[in-house]
Amino acid sequence: MSADRFIAYGLRGWFLVALIFIYVPIVINFIYSFSPGRFPTLPLGGFSTGWYELILSEAPVPRAFANSLKAGVIVALISTFIGFAAAYTDYRYRFLGKNIYLALALLPPTIPVLILGLVMLMFLSRVSLVGELYSVVLAHVVYCIPFAMALIRLRLAQIDPDLESAAWNLGANSWRAMREVIVPFTLPAIFAALALTMAVSFDEYLIAFFVGGLTETLPVRVLALLQGQVNPRINAIGSFVFAISMSLVILAQILLLTRRSGNRGIAAGGA
Amino acid sequence: MPEALLVLDQVVKRFGEHTAVAGVDLQFHRGEFLAIMGPSGCGKTTTLRMIAGLEQPSEGEIRLNGERINELKPWQRDTPLVWQNLALFPHLNVVKNIEFGLKMRNIRARERRERSMNWLERMGLADYAGRNIAQLSGGERQRVAIARALVTEPEILLLDEPLSALDAHLRVRMQSEISQLQKQLGITFAYVTHNQSEAFAMASRVAIMDKGLIQQIGNPREVYRAPANHFVAEFVGSNNIITGTVSALADGWVTVETERGKFKAPAPEPAPAKGDTLELVVSADLVAISDHAGAHENVLSGELISEEFVGSIITLYIDIGDGVVFRVQKQQHELEALDFTSGRKLYASWRPEHTYVLPPA
Repeated sequence: MSADRFIAYGLRGWFLVALIFIYVPIVINFIYSFSPGRFPTLPLGGFSTGWYELILSEAPVPRAFANSLKAGVIVALISTFIGFAAAYTDYRYRFLGKNIYLALALLPPTIPVLILGLVMLMFLSRVSLVGELYSVVLAHVVYCIPFAMALIRLRLAQIDPDLESAAWNLGANSWRAMREVIVPFTLPAIFAALALTMAVSFDEYLIAFFVGGLTETLPVRVLALLQGQVNPRINAIGSFVFAISMSLVILAQILLLTRRSGNRGIAAGGA
Repeated sequence: MPEALLVLDQVVKRFGEHTAVAGVDLQFHRGEFLAIMGPSGCGKTTTLRMIAGLEQPSEGEIRLNGERINELKPWQRDTPLVWQNLALFPHLNVVKNIEFGLKMRNIRARERRERSMNWLERMGLADYAGRNIAQLSGGERQRVAIARALVTEPEILLLDEPLSALDAHLRVRMQSEISQLQKQLGITFAYVTHNQSEAFAMASRVAIMDKGLIQQIGNPREVYRAPANHFVAEFVGSNNIITGTVSALADGWVTVETERGKFKAPAPEPAPAKGDTLELVVSADLVAISDHAGAHENVLSGELISEEFVGSIITLYIDIGDGVVFRVQKQQHELEALDFTSGRKLYASWRPEHTYVLPPA
């Protein structure tokens, strides 16, 4: 066996180990969420959906879940809208200080979340907007806009710049050209941004913990549960959250990948 | 006489420090096919974009039907453009692309579908209505782009090098289609190109641009046979330019002494004085070639460097001393008797009346 092949197999093996390392805890978590016992045992003591029933019967968890869902949807809508506007500004206009504008617009995810959360808490409490669900929404919008903007910028970069001018030339004013040409062309990225920002908001713990006060989102509730005692309920919640987040992220990926090659006509531009 | 359909009056366009268009006067008459031709960067595309409202003139005035349109937004004027890259909407199918202009004018769905289908039929694309743009060939896309621009029945159509992406064979076919279409519709076509054969084949008038200025405007024959200055003479056709000084003047003829010999030419108006420097233009297709001292009065000799066949036309490149190259264009059958070994001595000759004297700069 040649050295090259040895290296190739070695790298594949290493990759596999890495994958196992990442995913095995999640899988185990998932499996034990169906175990009836209080402590993980091998072999499994049977099959039960008892932990799921338990968390659903406990008021704080469904309420936290509903909060997360509401916040996620609103955050996704607002941050995708602003992200689109920011990306379009970058695409369409040249102006003094554009690099600074871009840097500022894309900055939030590079700030440590701990600091972002603290600063948000300080600011929002000054203006008396703290402790409510809309506080979480506000803070998450700030955090999520750059993700939406980055995705939509990628798509806008693929537009032939003459297309918008061509629409004007054929009688479309600025708004109409945006509606008939830019938005339909960007639609896959807009959907992807909706899914991704929702996933980010749904998962985010620290900011929500700081600014939410008594209004708990799901990750905050999960951590609160963990602090009390390690309890198999965590397995059930974890599986649940993981399933939702992953679905959203995978949805975003599918939208971005399949839409790139051709178009299937959903973007047919209104009427 | 009423003013022309579209008038450019001392139009200037500056981008920062750079002046793209330096004061252009141009009139587009109703129903004419005007080609604006020039090397890249001469300002021809900027001129067209100003007519479409995609650029604002820095100075001067653009008038359509006698009314100033400088400040009108692109969507407020009916000056459709056929783009160099066609700029068809990839997310719309063929018929929706064509309908676009009508839809923007809020014409009802049934009427716009009908009018678009009429255009598709006219362009021989009726079966393609529901297709994606990506499924069309180059020539088909070209037709869709033209139909999309014409569906609103404008008074003027702007075309920005629309054929540059096509292969040579298809280009020639589209040329004749476009020029027939213009004759049938009877509307004004403003056609920007750097391609001389394209411009001369289609246009009723040609405007030659360089450095942001119109250098000459006239029908193709005038521009070809009587270039207004050195730039036009070099840019248009395959002209040979020889510089010399006037040595004699008599009976409407002028004799010019050059480093390559003395040549006779019709005296220009106003008549030059003895000792003036003149530039003579000899069109490559008006030169006779032979292996003995010439059939015509104006003769020079040189060594054959190379030859080039394009279809039935052959171009000979002759070194007439000091590396100066003289071009001769002939039909291939005219040259069959001659032997073209590279380095062979040849005589080029032409009639004095076929010598054109450039107006002084």
